[in-house]
Amino acid sequence: MTDFLYLVPIALGLGLAGLAAFMWALRSGQYDDLDGAAERILIDDGDKPLPDKRTPKTP
Amino acid sequence: MSCCAPGAEMTNGDVAASRADEVLLASRIVGDGIRQTDLSVPGIHCGGCIQKVETALGALPGVETARVNLSSKRATIRWDGHQASPPPFIETLRGIGYDAHLYDVTADSKDTTLAGLLRALAVAGFAASNIMLLSVSVWAGADAGTRDLFHWISALIALPALAYSGRVFFRSAWRALRHGQTNMDVPISIGVLLAFGLSLYETFHHGAHAYFDASVTLLFFLLIGRTLDHLMRERARTTVKGLARLAARGALVLQHDGTRVYLPVNEIGVGTTVLLAAGERVPVDARVVSGQSDIDRSLLTGESIPVPAIEGTLLQAGTLNLTGPLTIVATAVAEDSFLAEMMRLIEAAESSRSHYRRIADRAARLYAPAVHTTALLTFFGWMIATGDAHRAITIAIAVLIVTCPCALGLAVPMVQVMAARRLFERGILLKDGGALERLAEIDAVVFDKTGTLTLGQPQLLNAAAIDPAAMGIASAIAAHSRHPYSRALAIAGHPGAVPQLASADVFEHPGSGMEARIGPHRYRLGRAAWALAASAPVAIETEGASAILARDGELLASFRFEDRLRADAAAAVNELRGNGLAVEVLSGDRGETVQRIAEAIGARHSANVLPAGKVARVAEIEASGHHVLMVGDGLNDAPALAAAHASMAPASAADIGRNAADLVFLHESLAAVPQAVAIARNAARLVQQNLALAVGYNLIAVPIAVLGYVTPLVAAVAMSSSSVIVIANALRLRGAKRKRRARRIFAPLVARPVTGRSA
Repeated sequence: MTDFLYLVPIALGLGLAGLAAFMWALRSGQYDDLDGAAERILIDDGDKPLPDKRTPKTP
Repeated sequence: MSCCAPGAEMTNGDVAASRADEVLLASRIVGDGIRQTDLSVPGIHCGGCIQKVETALGALPGVETARVNLSSKRATIRWDGHQASPPPFIETLRGIGYDAHLYDVTADSKDTTLAGLLRALAVAGFAASNIMLLSVSVWAGADAGTRDLFHWISALIALPALAYSGRVFFRSAWRALRHGQTNMDVPISIGVLLAFGLSLYETFHHGAHAYFDASVTLLFFLLIGRTLDHLMRERARTTVKGLARLAARGALVLQHDGTRVYLPVNEIGVGTTVLLAAGERVPVDARVVSGQSDIDRSLLTGESIPVPAIEGTLLQAGTLNLTGPLTIVATAVAEDSFLAEMMRLIEAAESSRSHYRRIADRAARLYAPAVHTTALLTFFGWMIATGDAHRAITIAIAVLIVTCPCALGLAVPMVQVMAARRLFERGILLKDGGALERLAEIDAVVFDKTGTLTLGQPQLLNAAAIDPAAMGIASAIAAHSRHPYSRALAIAGHPGAVPQLASADVFEHPGSGMEARIGPHRYRLGRAAWALAASAPVAIETEGASAILARDGELLASFRFEDRLRADAAAAVNELRGNGLAVEVLSGDRGETVQRIAEAIGARHSANVLPAGKVARVAEIEASGHHVLMVGDGLNDAPALAAAHASMAPASAADIGRNAADLVFLHESLAAVPQAVAIARNAARLVQQNLALAVGYNLIAVPIAVLGYVTPLVAAVAMSSSSVIVIANALRLRGAKRKRRARRIFAPLVARPVTGRSA
C-alpha cells in the first residue's frame, strides 16, 4: 500500500515531463515541417548543429 | 528606394530593379538589420529539392540562412538588409528550374488557434493517459481505500485538464446556446460536464464508479478531430493566400520634381504619373500619356493575343505591359479599379449561391436532440421503475457518456484530412472540408479556355513548314522580347542552330515587332504590314499568319500561333466524361479559337461570353438540377467560380480567381481535375461509411447503457474502440493510384520548360 506513495508521483512526474517536452518541441518549431524533417535525414552535408533561433517561430 | 538615375530610359535593368523593390517591399525586418523574405516554391517535392534550393539561395551574397519547409513548399530566406538591394532570389530559383512566387507574409496572420488546439490536445492527452492508468488499477480490483485515493487523484488531474482543454468546446457550445441553436459541441459539453460532476459526487460519497477517465478521454479524442480539421483548413488557406500576387505590389512613380520613387499600390492616387517598364503589371486603372507597347489582357478577358497601347489608351489594373516602356497617369485609386468592380460581381454571385450545410453540421442537428431525449427518457424510465433518483441519474449520465459523439466527431474530419493530404501530394490545395463534400456531388464540369484548358501562352503551329535557317534567325531575334509570340518562337528554335545576337543589334518596335541587324542585312520580325517593304507583293502565304520574318523587306517565313493545351487536357476531359460528368467550355475568346480547342478535347462550347454571362450559364445549369464544378483562372471567371457548386483554379490564376476557388492546383497538368473529383468521391464514400459505423456503434451501445449495464470500464472500451475503428477506416483513403509515381517524378520536369523560360 505504501508503495503507491512513491509510485503515483513518479508516474505523474513522468507524464508531466512528457507534456513539457512536447510543449517545448511545439514552441521551438519542430512540428512546422514534418515532411521536410523526414527527407532531411537523408541529406549528408546538412549535419551541422542548428544555431539558436534559426528556425522561424511561425510557419 | 529607387536606384535608377533620373532621366534614364527604362531598360531591362530597371525591370530587375523594380522586381528587387517588390521583394524589398514584401520582406519584413526580423531584427538587427536582417530581413526575411518568404517564397512559395510549388516545385519542391523531395529531399533533393530541399538541398538544391537551400544551396542555391545560401550561396547568394548577403544571404544569412535559407531554409525550405517541405510541408508548406515554402522557402524562408534571411538576408542582410543593409545592402542596396535584395539578392535575386526568384531569378536564381528560376535558373535552377523552380518557379517561385513572393509569399505575402502580411496576408498570413499568426496561426495562434492551431498552437492553442495543440496545447489543449497535449494537456488532455497527458490527463487521459494518467487517469486511465489509475482507472485500470481501480478496475483491476483495488480495495476501497486505494480506490478512493485514486479517484481523488483523478479528480485533481481532470479538473484543470477539463478547464484548460475543454474551453474549446464549452465556448462554442455556449455561443450556440445563447443564439438559441445547438451544435455538436452542446451534447459534448453537457456529457463531459455531467460525467465530471457525477464522478465528483461519487468520489465524495466513496462510490465505486467514477467516470473521470471517460470525460477526459472523450475530450482527447474530440480534440484530435478538431485539431485535424483546423490543421487542414488553415494550411491550405494560407498556402493559397500566399501564392504570387498578380496585381502589382507597387509602382515606380515619377514625382513633380522629376525624381522617381517606388510606392506601394495603395499610395497611388488619381493623377499620379507612373513609369511602367516592359514586363510589369498595370497597378491601377490608368491612361497612357506617352510610349507605345503591347498589352496582355488575358487575365481579364481570356483573350490571349495582346492589344496595342498608344497615347490615350485606357489600361485596366492587372493587365501586363509586354514590349515597351509606358508613362501612364492613374485614373482611379486601387479600390476603385476594375478589380473592385469584379469583387462586387463575386459578392453578388456568392450571396446567391444556396448556403451549403456541411455533413457534420447536418448530423449534429439530428444528433443532439436524439441523444438528450434518450438520456431524459432513460432517467424517467428508471425513476418510475425503481424510484431510486441516484441510480436513475447515474444511468442517464452513462447514456450521455456512451453516446457522446466521439466517433462522429472524428468521422468527418479524419477523412477530410486524409483527402487533403492525398490532394496535396498531387499538387492540389483544398480550402476547406465543405468544398470536398460539394466536389463529390458535382455532375457537370465547366472549363474556361485561356489559362485553364490552355496555358494562356501561344505556341508555334507550323514549325515543320518553316525553313530551319529562317527559324534560327527568328528565334534568335525573338529571344530578346517578352511578347508571347516571341517567347513561343524562342522556345521553338533548335538550340544548336540558333546564332547568338548581341542585344545592341536588336531593337523592339512596340506594337509592330522586332528589328535586327545581322551582317549587311536588316531583319524584321513582326506584323506583315510593317515588316514587308511597301513595294513587296503580299504573298498568299502571309494571310492568316500571326507574324512574319522578313529580310530587307522580303518575306522569309510566316508563323502561325495557337494557344497550347495544358498537358493531359484531352485525357482529363475524357476521364471526366467517363465518370459520367458533362463537360462544357465557356470562354471570352473569339469563336473559332474556342471551337478549335473545344473540338480538340471534344466538348460543347460557347464563345464571346462576358463574366456576367458565365455566371448566368453556371446558374442555368445549377437551376436545371445539376451541380457544376467550374474550372477557371481569370478575373473574368472569378464570379462564375464563386457561383458554382464547387470550383478549381490553377496556381497561375489571378488572385481573385484563386481566392474565389475552392481548390487550387499547382502543377501544369489538367489531370488534377479528375484526380480531385476521384478523391472527393472516395472521401464522400468513406465519410458515409464512418457515419454508418458511428451510428451502428450507438445502436449497440445505447440499449446496453439504457439497461444500466455500462460501468466506467465498458464506457472506456466502447468509446476508444469506436474511435479507433473510424480512424482506421479513414486511413484507407487512396486517390486514383495509377500513374501516381510517374506524375510525381515528371510534374516538375513538365512545368519547367514553360515557367523556366519566362524569366
